[in-house]
Amino acid sequence: MNPKVNYPILTLLALLLSFPLFKARSAEQKVTFSRDISPVLSKKCFQCHGPDQEHRKADLRLDKPDAEDGPFTNHDGYQSLVPGDLEKSELWYRITTDDEDDIMPPPDSNLETLTNKEKAAFRQWILDGAKYETFWAFEEPKTKNLPPVESDDWGYNAIDRFILERLNQEGLVPSPKADKRTLIRRVSLDLTGLPPTPQDIHSFLEDDSETAYADMVDRLLGSPRYGEHMAKYWLDLVRFADTNGLHHDHYREVTPYRDWVIRSFNDNLGYDDFVRYQVAGDLYDSPTQDQLIASGFNRLHLIIDIGTALPEESFTRNVVDRVTAFGTAFMGLTLQCASCHDHKYDPVTTKDFYQLFAFFNNFDGGPETGGRSGLDFKRGLQKPYIEMPSPHQQSQIDAYNVEIEKLETTLKELAPKEGEEDSISEETKTQQASLKEKLNELKKARDEVRMAVPAALIMKEREEIRPAHILKRGVYDQPGEPVERNTPGFLPPLESTGDVKSRMDLANWVVSPNNPLTARVAVNRFWQQCFGTGLVKTSEDFGAQGERPSHPELLDYLALQFMESGWDVKQLMRAIVLSETYQQSSKITPALRAKDPENRLLARGSRFRMDSEMVRDQILMASGLLNHEMHGKSVKPPQPAKLWEIVAMPSSYPRTYKADEGKKAYRRSVYTFWKRGLPPPQMTIFDAPTREACIARRERTNTPLQALMLMNEPQFFKAATHCAQSLLEQQVPDDRERIDKAFETITSHLPDEKEHQALFQALETFREHYSQNKDAADALTAGFLEDGSSEDDSIELASWTMLAHALLNLDIVKTRQ
Amino acid sequence: MNFKNPLSTLDPLQQYQNLQSRRSFLRYSAMGLGAAVFGSMPTRGSGITSPRGTHFTPKAKRVIFLFMAGAPSQLDLFDYKPDLHKQFNKPLPKSVSMGQRVTAMTKGKDQIVAPSMFKFAPKGQNGIHMCELLPHLSKRVDDLCIIKSTHTDAINHDPAKTIFCTGSQIPGKASLGSWLSYGLGSMNKNLPDFMVLNSAFWTGGTGNVQALYSRLWGSGFLPSKHQGVSLQPEGDPVLFLSNPKGVNRESRKKMLDLVTALNQEHASKLGDPEIQTTIAQQEMAFRMQASVPELTDLSGEPKHVLDLYGPEVEKSGSFARNCLLARRMIERDVRFVQLFHRGWDHHVGLPKKLRGQCYDIDQPAAALIQDLKNRGLLDETLVVFGGEFGRTTYGQGKLARDNYGRDHHPRCFTTWMAGGGIKSGITYGQTDDFSYNVVENPVHVNDFNATILNQLGIDHQRLTFPFLGLEQRLTGVEGAKVVKGIVS
Repeated sequence: MNPKVNYPILTLLALLLSFPLFKARSAEQKVTFSRDISPVLSKKCFQCHGPDQEHRKADLRLDKPDAEDGPFTNHDGYQSLVPGDLEKSELWYRITTDDEDDIMPPPDSNLETLTNKEKAAFRQWILDGAKYETFWAFEEPKTKNLPPVESDDWGYNAIDRFILERLNQEGLVPSPKADKRTLIRRVSLDLTGLPPTPQDIHSFLEDDSETAYADMVDRLLGSPRYGEHMAKYWLDLVRFADTNGLHHDHYREVTPYRDWVIRSFNDNLGYDDFVRYQVAGDLYDSPTQDQLIASGFNRLHLIIDIGTALPEESFTRNVVDRVTAFGTAFMGLTLQCASCHDHKYDPVTTKDFYQLFAFFNNFDGGPETGGRSGLDFKRGLQKPYIEMPSPHQQSQIDAYNVEIEKLETTLKELAPKEGEEDSISEETKTQQASLKEKLNELKKARDEVRMAVPAALIMKEREEIRPAHILKRGVYDQPGEPVERNTPGFLPPLESTGDVKSRMDLANWVVSPNNPLTARVAVNRFWQQCFGTGLVKTSEDFGAQGERPSHPELLDYLALQFMESGWDVKQLMRAIVLSETYQQSSKITPALRAKDPENRLLARGSRFRMDSEMVRDQILMASGLLNHEMHGKSVKPPQPAKLWEIVAMPSSYPRTYKADEGKKAYRRSVYTFWKRGLPPPQMTIFDAPTREACIARRERTNTPLQALMLMNEPQFFKAATHCAQSLLEQQVPDDRERIDKAFETITSHLPDEKEHQALFQALETFREHYSQNKDAADALTAGFLEDGSSEDDSIELASWTMLAHALLNLDIVKTRQ
Repeated sequence: MNFKNPLSTLDPLQQYQNLQSRRSFLRYSAMGLGAAVFGSMPTRGSGITSPRGTHFTPKAKRVIFLFMAGAPSQLDLFDYKPDLHKQFNKPLPKSVSMGQRVTAMTKGKDQIVAPSMFKFAPKGQNGIHMCELLPHLSKRVDDLCIIKSTHTDAINHDPAKTIFCTGSQIPGKASLGSWLSYGLGSMNKNLPDFMVLNSAFWTGGTGNVQALYSRLWGSGFLPSKHQGVSLQPEGDPVLFLSNPKGVNRESRKKMLDLVTALNQEHASKLGDPEIQTTIAQQEMAFRMQASVPELTDLSGEPKHVLDLYGPEVEKSGSFARNCLLARRMIERDVRFVQLFHRGWDHHVGLPKKLRGQCYDIDQPAAALIQDLKNRGLLDETLVVFGGEFGRTTYGQGKLARDNYGRDHHPRCFTTWMAGGGIKSGITYGQTDDFSYNVVENPVHVNDFNATILNQLGIDHQRLTFPFLGLEQRLTGVEGAKVVKGIVS
């Protein structure tokens, strides 16, 4: 800023002060720093007047009120903020002037000047005394008494009280409870990722007891399907994938980590331990197998294979990736912004970043994956890793080893002594050759067993601690000031248990009760899973550029409860889905839509498109094709031919996609093989990320490619035929009842009269069509009908297939409501 | 200013209020497809993002990007250095290389100069030196703007391709085409905004071929509807385009009629406008089932046009076929078409492999320019050509006058542009005598992309999207600039 006297300002001010627009904010809504001022400062001022020292302009920072170069300090006779005095506050002049040289933000910054609404807020804030508050997310959650209940019939659950209080403030009332069919479908999808079966629906409908809904929820929370579904969200967050993601994009084996995540959710492992194991599972005194597997979190980053990049550069890249994941997954921070320069918006300095870097740079393993041969390569392994053979596999390997050792001893005995190499007899030579051949066979057989042995990449600390430096501009070969391990200064200090701060100390710090972020970030993501949007919409960013929580007190309440419960995820999920808020109908009235288009106030149930995995799994489930087998190596359901070949390097391993056959092709999507270079199109077309970066929330688009996929994806279409076939096998008196069954199996609802008519008419149209196109009926049903089936069978199956196919393409099928 | 914002004459508060109601209207009526251009905030997650519109009058409407994956040698194709022959087999002076970093492959090795073995001759009205391997492009040199001073940050393929295509070496950002789709919206109702054509084969060097990644045409943090749709050389050109066996257009129509009726019934009960979007997208899918086969059906192309692209045009998945398809897409108002041709990573045996690669691309690329010109489309179509970096002046592997290889070189490489309001028949920028450092008018890959956006009427600094606490943009935070010197 370049302050200068400006007399016309007085006139301008007078004008502005009397301008009615500035009274836009209603009197009862007080201006608060965190809601009205801080986001604007962050968005429009901090780029030059924020935490980033290197790029700060005019020696003025507006992020820190008590700083020497802060807003309340005199700069050559001018002060940015003078509490209660607009005229003397240079900031007020700068944001309201029409002088092109003085206006802030300046035109060449490409930032928009403040809106009238924002100016009005600043005006009020300065008049009120220009009080700064600490940034909400970096302060510990506050306890607050539950708002009193004013309604008799709604809101017994703590969640509802906070929601209701806000609704009342806004002059809104909650929507009625959703009907039972909608409810069971909604909660089954949210907790298990799968729709209810007709039997599930009927037993819920028939259960008149008061605890019917809660009992159903408990049953879902106890289902192994729950862990599979919860894992899906976590795997996005930690960018779990089956390939390395760079250069050759070779295969790597990390499925034990995925299985551990599934088991952890099913066993309801406390979220604090869930975090600890991942950050530092390898550092327990005698770590369990699970703790070691979990430490593989530190190995999920992209990694390049040896030969093109410089190892030092790859090393740095890996550690930066590790720190980035740590920040996003556990604390909702964009730490990586500070890897080249101080963070522009949050108080994370470059030094803070490299102090965290120092916890993660001591990995005892290579920075690049090894060559293209050997058993490790084939198994997708890179040291350090642990092996987890079954007892049977172990005894097989042991047996082979004994044989191998024997042979090797014999061979040694047969070997000629030094200097006698020429005197070896032909007979011995033959014997040696045959033994060697046998030895190779044995080794090959042993390796075949080892190929199938599960193994997990783990984290391992070097004995001697690797020094860390600030890297200038983030460049690997530009070390600056050396740094020690530590956590960012704006967060509570880290308590060290030894002389040197360890990764375990860091893990404990993350889940310590005074860490203001971890519980909030976790609770928010679980909320997002149930409502489609988090209380903080930007679930990946709790910093200054993220959105403020819609219900800050509720978020704090849930975070505190979560920690008090021992970080009990199931209990949290249960509380959320048992709330009246959650159980509302998602019907939208025009008035409600006008008032709250994004449903942030939750005066109605939420409605959103399901994720790709849920779309596919549901179709397989409804048709009876879904294979519920759990865990193990990733599977490859069919995908269109040659997708990999057209992008992969010729020596990429594996280069061609070899689809699995039989039941393996129908496993849940969480087990689908994920190549980062080209992930399964069935997933990415529905907005699944490539798993190259940590993603806390997916986009939800609605595109023609999605429509095409639902129409024509072979497995999906096969599901329709399969569904039709089982409908036709059931003993049902008439079409009407069969239509009911089809509708219920696929949508969990029963058709109304109008829908019935449409379906029945369409069925007749399909019958007519396939009677006239018998070849088409045969083509459609090929492989489904037994030999000797009649033409009518084929027409009937084709027609019912089209009916089921149409139902599977309904909006309600891909939408959770 | 020409910013097409119908609300811009209103005062700010009124604008804000209108925006709110306008946005709710948009959600309600769900006219997501080809919605009118107006300056809305991005509505993340709603499935509907309104195009942001142009910032000034565009010179071009569409772009074709010919991406030469693997990095062709600028020294052997465009950056003519006749005096380098005197340096054959001599070490590259330290004053030139200045100890700059190299790849792991040539780290610590001697840097011995390998002059190009190919003949260059002046071509076109301005006597621009072109290589003998590019006879067809040489004839079109008066249409080209050859940029000899392109440079990039990354020295390895993967990050270098990623930064050229998405503006950052770190995966996860939105690609050029997806930015255009997000910024400018659709020009047609039957085809995607952004289409990708990957060559299924190439002639030079099939041993060491670098990978592509879907992130190069991905949408990153932008909604996935903006991602490139890659056209497949085999099977369905667009994934899952064809009906299953036993379903034809008639039964598909009947099925969709039923789906629409049931969806409408559901919408009337629930009132969620997103259901209308689903209906609209299903209709679009049905239209694409006709428009895509029509697009890829070349039976209507006359022989003289096919001949223009050369014999390879007969083969599905060839670069030649893809050039012709690109022209057909442009005619149908696809905004951005990106071709990826692999096989340029010539660490050893460069001369032979380069001949093969030039056979693949020379005639088709020249034909594409001529064909567009013949149809009056070149003026408003920008064609650009480039790889992810250049190649070193020092040899790699065996070094002979007529056999050598070259390592990766990010400090200078040659790209070219044609049409779309770019000056033609010129070269831009200079490198030193060794084609090692840029000595005049450097063009960073982000400057290159900023210029593409500029030709389409977009200020690259103002096309932004909020993500991870930043106003993200294609051209990064380091201050990319439009290359004014080549804009006509």
